[in-house]
Amino acid sequence: MTAISGWGRYPIIDTELIGPRTTEAIVRATEQGDQAVARGNGRAYGDAAVGVRQTITMTHLNRMRAFDHATGQVTVEAGVLLSDLIAAFLPRGFFPYVVPGTSFITVGGAIAADVHGKNHHGEGGFGRYVETLLLALPTGEVVRASRKDHPDLLQATIGGMGLTGSILEATIQLRRVETGWIRQRTMVANNLAAAIAALDGNESVTYSVAWIDCLAKGASLGRSLIFLGEHAASNQLDERQFANRFPLRKPPLSVPIDMPSFALNHWSVAAFNELYFRAGARKAGSSILVPAAPYFFPLDALGNWNRIYGRRGFVQHQCVLPAKNAEAALADMLGRIARRGGSSFLAVLKKLGEASGGLSFPMPGYTLALDFPIGRDLFSFLDELDVLVVKAGGRLYLAKDARQSRATFDAGYADLSGFRDVRRTIDPTGKIKSRLAARLGI
Amino acid sequence: MAEKAVLILGGTSDIARATALAFAKRDWTVRLAGRAPPELQREADDISARTGRTVTIHQFDVLATGSFAAFADALPGLPDVVISVVGLLGDQARAETDPDHASEIMRSNYEGPALILSLFAERFRARGAGAIVGISSVAGDRGRGSNYVYGSAKAGFTAFLSGLRNRLAASGVHVMTVKPGFVRTRMTEHMKLPPIITATPEEVGEAVLAGLSRHKDVIYVRPIWLLVMLIIRMIPEPVFKRLKL
Ligand SMILES: Cc1cc2nc3c(=O)[nH]c(=O)nc-3n(C[C@H](O)[C@H](O)[C@H](O)COP(=O)(O)OP(=O)(O)OC[C@H]3O[C@@H](n4cnc5c(N)ncnc54)[C@H](O)[C@@H]3O)c2cc1C
Ligand SMILES: NC(=O)c1ccc[n+]([C@@H]2O[C@H](COP(=O)([O-])OP(=O)(O)OC[C@H]3O[C@@H](n4cnc5c(N)ncnc54)[C@H](OP(=O)(O)O)[C@@H]3O)[C@@H](O)[C@H]2O)c1
Repeated sequence: MTAISGWGRYPIIDTELIGPRTTEAIVRATEQGDQAVARGNGRAYGDAAVGVRQTITMTHLNRMRAFDHATGQVTVEAGVLLSDLIAAFLPRGFFPYVVPGTSFITVGGAIAADVHGKNHHGEGGFGRYVETLLLALPTGEVVRASRKDHPDLLQATIGGMGLTGSILEATIQLRRVETGWIRQRTMVANNLAAAIAALDGNESVTYSVAWIDCLAKGASLGRSLIFLGEHAASNQLDERQFANRFPLRKPPLSVPIDMPSFALNHWSVAAFNELYFRAGARKAGSSILVPAAPYFFPLDALGNWNRIYGRRGFVQHQCVLPAKNAEAALADMLGRIARRGGSSFLAVLKKLGEASGGLSFPMPGYTLALDFPIGRDLFSFLDELDVLVVKAGGRLYLAKDARQSRATFDAGYADLSGFRDVRRTIDPTGKIKSRLAARLGI
Repeated sequence: MAEKAVLILGGTSDIARATALAFAKRDWTVRLAGRAPPELQREADDISARTGRTVTIHQFDVLATGSFAAFADALPGLPDVVISVVGLLGDQARAETDPDHASEIMRSNYEGPALILSLFAERFRARGAGAIVGISSVAGDRGRGSNYVYGSAKAGFTAFLSGLRNRLAASGVHVMTVKPGFVRTRMTEHMKLPPIITATPEEVGEAVLAGLSRHKDVIYVRPIWLLVMLIIRMIPEPVFKRLKL
């Protein structure tokens, strides 16, 4: 038995960790699964990637299979990291269509959580760019699923949180880019309404995200910096930048030991926020060019930054709220957070586009993500936030969740009949079971 | 000028993979040789997808010494660099009583690698250029009770490479011995290894390239191993024999 957890280091759970080295061994482990689930790079925050009894690690399955320069399609084993894809293909002028806030996730994890990036409002989630999947089922079968063959299985596996089998391989479409630079424009929004207006007003921009100062209250509630971005074209670079047209990042430094929990108290966060806000405000208006990696993955340079939150761990609360109810619900949530004085290190607001069904998280509206170190009254406070989310018709992101109630889940993911049908057919005896699935009755 | 080619024997190992990637990233053509073609193909596809370079695979068994000349003749050309990564840790306890197993360990770590590298060395000498790299081990620096069958074979390999280097010093052929120290690979997956003296396969790959470009004779991947082995070699035998190592 090995004690493992998600990125938030809560909860920590004993599991039998299986680390197969070959595709055949994964197929066998899935067939012989005893309440098992696949695990990628463990970047989901809570208990999604921990099996009730067994956890099958996919990270040895990290070979690329083929790349077609003409179409920009790449076939990789599911344990390949997005950081590997970027290192291999950015220098050749290709970039993943969808990247989340860290590049240290596997392709399997990206599909299973149907991850969204700063471009979801216009370009959808990771699943949209999956051409085919090779999936190992609990029956021992290996199925190739695409929009033509077994489309229901493809559909259920995108966002399916590992509950439809182990993804072995995937063919995904990459985006052609002329450079590895992003043209970033920063806007200041003095309150929540302005932040939402800024995201709405820039719908046609490829990438957008708002960083909210959670400690601002009253008339400034929801004051934000809005970061807009586009892939830069070659002719937008100066000579020095052009000489380094595809900048790549060095390996991360890591936070070697657990920081004491008080390192992130109210005051350190307030100071951080104030600085960040001023620095952003100064740059506002004009465009600057930044390399893709720090633009998309600012925290990756820090390695194991989750240790900053200390031994007790932390949770992330990420909800999505349908557009029409979003502003009122967000104002209510942010008001409570400001009053509580809770130290949410990151508060990120993004606009999401079309839903893709099943357990996939996104729906048209706004998503707010908040980090909280575990302590005090945290869980009862988060239950309060959940009430607001449910009332607004929203839901929580399973890849971030460690604690929502079944009622919150059932309300948010009301139409799971298709997903459950697929589960019944492929896993009649219940070999696949993550702690998340057991907790939420999925 | 044609692309340079590196031949890696033992192409399915983690150290071979990392070394091959390091070469391919610098635009070398890579030839992977080994006894398990499907696994070799997986590595070859990976390296060529990641780097866009040409990667070929070649059937090779280090125990089949009689087939070495035919193996070398069948390659698309004489490579510029040959690296032997082949090795077999084996099971020391079993090797103590099972001579066939002991012989397999000795042949896989010494006889086979030495003979195949010597064959290429001869062809490189005739051409007047080329580099030979042997992945040996610090285990060959002093025999220890827990792995002396493996260690003695590596010691033989190290001595062979040293002699070969000496003989070819004036011929334009570079011979380099690599002593990786502990490396986190499939071979050591189940061992508890001290992190500061344990390298990643990627470090080994980069060290091989750096060593070649600087014309090194013997390299320890993490320099601290030089010190560790100096101390281990200095312990007087009457004391050493009583240590649990
Ligand atoms: C700093 C940070 C920023 C993030 N930003 C974002 C963001 O902007 N947008 C976003 O959408 N997410 C974001 N995330 C969440 C992260 O992208 C997802 O949790 C992702 O699924 C993690 O991938 P992983 O490889 O680490 O998988 P894991 O965390 O190991 O697993 C996640 C889920 O995928 C399943 N799974 C993994 N591999 C396979 C496989 N081969 N076959 C079947 N199922 C599999 C697991 O069972 C589990 O349910 C962020 C996380 C961090 C730490
Ligand atoms: N890991 C360490 O800590 C460490 C330390 C010092 C030295 N080394 C040396 O580094 C080298 C690589 O080791 P590793 O750790 O990467 O272990 P490994 O994965 O066990 O590598 C051994 C390689 O040798 C190949 N091989 C074995 N017998 C063969 C045969 N008869 N014919 C052809 N190929 C054969 C294996 O191929 P198959 O896949 O076909 O078995 C495999 O590719 C070895 O020489 C080892 O002694 C390792």
